[in-house]
Amino acid sequence: MTHILSVSVLNKPGVLTRVAGLFSRRNFNIESLNVGKTENPEISRMTIVVHGDEKTLEQVTKQLHKLINVLKIKELDQNQIVERDLILIRVKCTRKQRSEIIQIADTFRAQIVDVAADSLMIEATGTQDKLEALTELLRDFGIAEFVRTGIVALSRGQAVER
Amino acid sequence: MPKLNGGQIIIESLKKENVDVVFGYPGGAVINLYDALFSSSLKHYLGRHEQGVIHAADGYARSTGKVGVCIATSGPGGTNLVTGLATAQMDSVPIVAFTGQVPSSLIGKDAFQEADITGISLPITKHNFLVTDIKDLPRTIKEAFYIARTGRPGPVLIDLAKDVTQAEMEFEYPDSIDLPGYRPTFEGHKLQINKAAKAINSAKKPLLYVGGGAVISGADQEIRALVEKAKIPITTTLMGLGIYPEDKELALEMLGMHGTQYANLATTEADLLIAVGARFDDRVTGKLDEFAADADIVQIDIDPAEIGKNVDVTVPIVGDIKTVLNELLPHIDEKEMGEWQQRIKELKEKYPLKYEDDGSEVIKPQYVMEEIDKFTDGDATIVTEVGQHQMWAAQFHKYQKPRQFLTSGGLGTMGYGLPAAIGAQIGQPDEKVILIAGDGSIQMNLQELGTAQTYNIPIKVLIFNNNYLGMVRQWQEFFFDKRYASTKIPAPDFIKMADAYGIWAKRVEKKSELDAALKEAMEHNGPVVLDIKIPEEENVYPMVPAGAGLKDMIGG
Repeated sequence: MTHILSVSVLNKPGVLTRVAGLFSRRNFNIESLNVGKTENPEISRMTIVVHGDEKTLEQVTKQLHKLINVLKIKELDQNQIVERDLILIRVKCTRKQRSEIIQIADTFRAQIVDVAADSLMIEATGTQDKLEALTELLRDFGIAEFVRTGIVALSRGQAVER
Repeated sequence: MPKLNGGQIIIESLKKENVDVVFGYPGGAVINLYDALFSSSLKHYLGRHEQGVIHAADGYARSTGKVGVCIATSGPGGTNLVTGLATAQMDSVPIVAFTGQVPSSLIGKDAFQEADITGISLPITKHNFLVTDIKDLPRTIKEAFYIARTGRPGPVLIDLAKDVTQAEMEFEYPDSIDLPGYRPTFEGHKLQINKAAKAINSAKKPLLYVGGGAVISGADQEIRALVEKAKIPITTTLMGLGIYPEDKELALEMLGMHGTQYANLATTEADLLIAVGARFDDRVTGKLDEFAADADIVQIDIDPAEIGKNVDVTVPIVGDIKTVLNELLPHIDEKEMGEWQQRIKELKEKYPLKYEDDGSEVIKPQYVMEEIDKFTDGDATIVTEVGQHQMWAAQFHKYQKPRQFLTSGGLGTMGYGLPAAIGAQIGQPDEKVILIAGDGSIQMNLQELGTAQTYNIPIKVLIFNNNYLGMVRQWQEFFFDKRYASTKIPAPDFIKMADAYGIWAKRVEKKSELDAALKEAMEHNGPVVLDIKIPEEENVYPMVPAGAGLKDMIGG
């Protein structure tokens, strides 16, 4: 079972090592970990995707709480969030294939960010499913390389009552 | 306000934290700190190896309940602390360790005696800091002490870039702490306390299972009140020994791998297990599915991560044990002795701790422990190394009070005992401190005899000498067809060695000589070494083989 944790941490040196080290030494599986600044410059937010049952998740959360620089941990309800992942893909392509690839990119609202004689680079954001679908379609052309940021996510705001 | 340098600021900060004793070993990166120590009122004890230094601070902390403080230089100084930090982390011992670091301009350049000690110590400290700006120094020290001693205590390391101890500024110690990510829970949840009381009041066969957390919390009076009010039998872990007097009717002593049969059988029969400051370690539980399989479990611990870590808990309570028990006690019904208590009595009569003694001059280690108990009226502080002697010391001495038995439980650190005994004696100058050591363990930090001699620390070192790494040999005997691979270990002539350090020593080879030797040792005004020859292949019984259930004990 996949869980998305949103973890607020104090922006102190070594905080990423502390969190990442905890996962490896407690034998927890981490799928992706994303860290970035927040509205408060002293606080960073980590979005961590972990695999495990409820018991593992409980231990992960409790052990994370023991780190002095961890402020808040929230498991995000996957039905109540906006999640995004960014991908950069360099696809091999001949001149003839270019328009076809651009069409695919358009369908996924992706951008062409670099054009070379024998390749195109595509930038796309979205949910994991969307990016996987895009990657699959492009695989036929030959993917030279790609990189993904891993998930960042926030809970949605309260629904507005009318 | 006059300016102080970083070294002086550390000294003044330590005074603000009511520290009067530090253990340490100087070096280039901490030379400014030592210069400040030289003209300060703090008492500094020079060890012979940084591992000895931190174990001494640990022994001091365990025996007094105060924070132990130690100092080491950069590079090898810091790396030599590693075992001591891990030892303290596993047993939740409050220590603040200062290490020197190369000047901040050289950090990361592989400078002379540089090691990334904050990186290295990250998983074996409660928290650590690298200070590269003198402005951060007082606040860091304040936070370090607060983190080390509160909540579930543990070691905190402060790495000091050399230029920080050289720089100067006006000293001001902060009054308050601002650690938004660190807020231990002290009071138990009311609803949970009511649930626990209900479970205890309605249990037919309740059993208290008490660990080191209760000792740390200072909850011996509350434990005693609970035992006596509701007539609940009590067993303790290795770390919990002494929380309740072991000669009492309801005391079952230690449980687990080398626990008493009656404690292990009572655990198996109980319908309610009240775990207090104990963490269901594998050496306690044996096979998890069979551990207290018929019992509901109430668990009280200050560390939420310990709750439900190894077993499912019926009623969890997070909080300081002393506080929680005080909240719980008024809700507990007063009870009389009944069937269950009668059953406990039967178990104790039927399966006593025992050992064979053929009446010859052979000195049995169990007998030595009983004699020590007699000689000291059960009142001495017993410190141990790790191995068979540690288990005999746990089994065959009746502990009366908390902080009376000091041992490396979680990490099982051979070499812990000698320096820890020195630290314990420094912390409690009026206590009798006896180190029970094996001939293997004592050789791991033997150099600390020099420390004992220099300061005339009157510890009594009793070496249980069987010429073997006995605990491993015992496993080889049971499980490896007596193939004693590398467990026969030569030792120096301990008498000559003690003599070389200027320490009084005596060899004891006959049972009839033991009492006189013990008497002489106890009365000697200074450190003492007794080299006591015990049978080479004596085993620790009873024993639950690793991974077996508690009721499947060998021997005893």
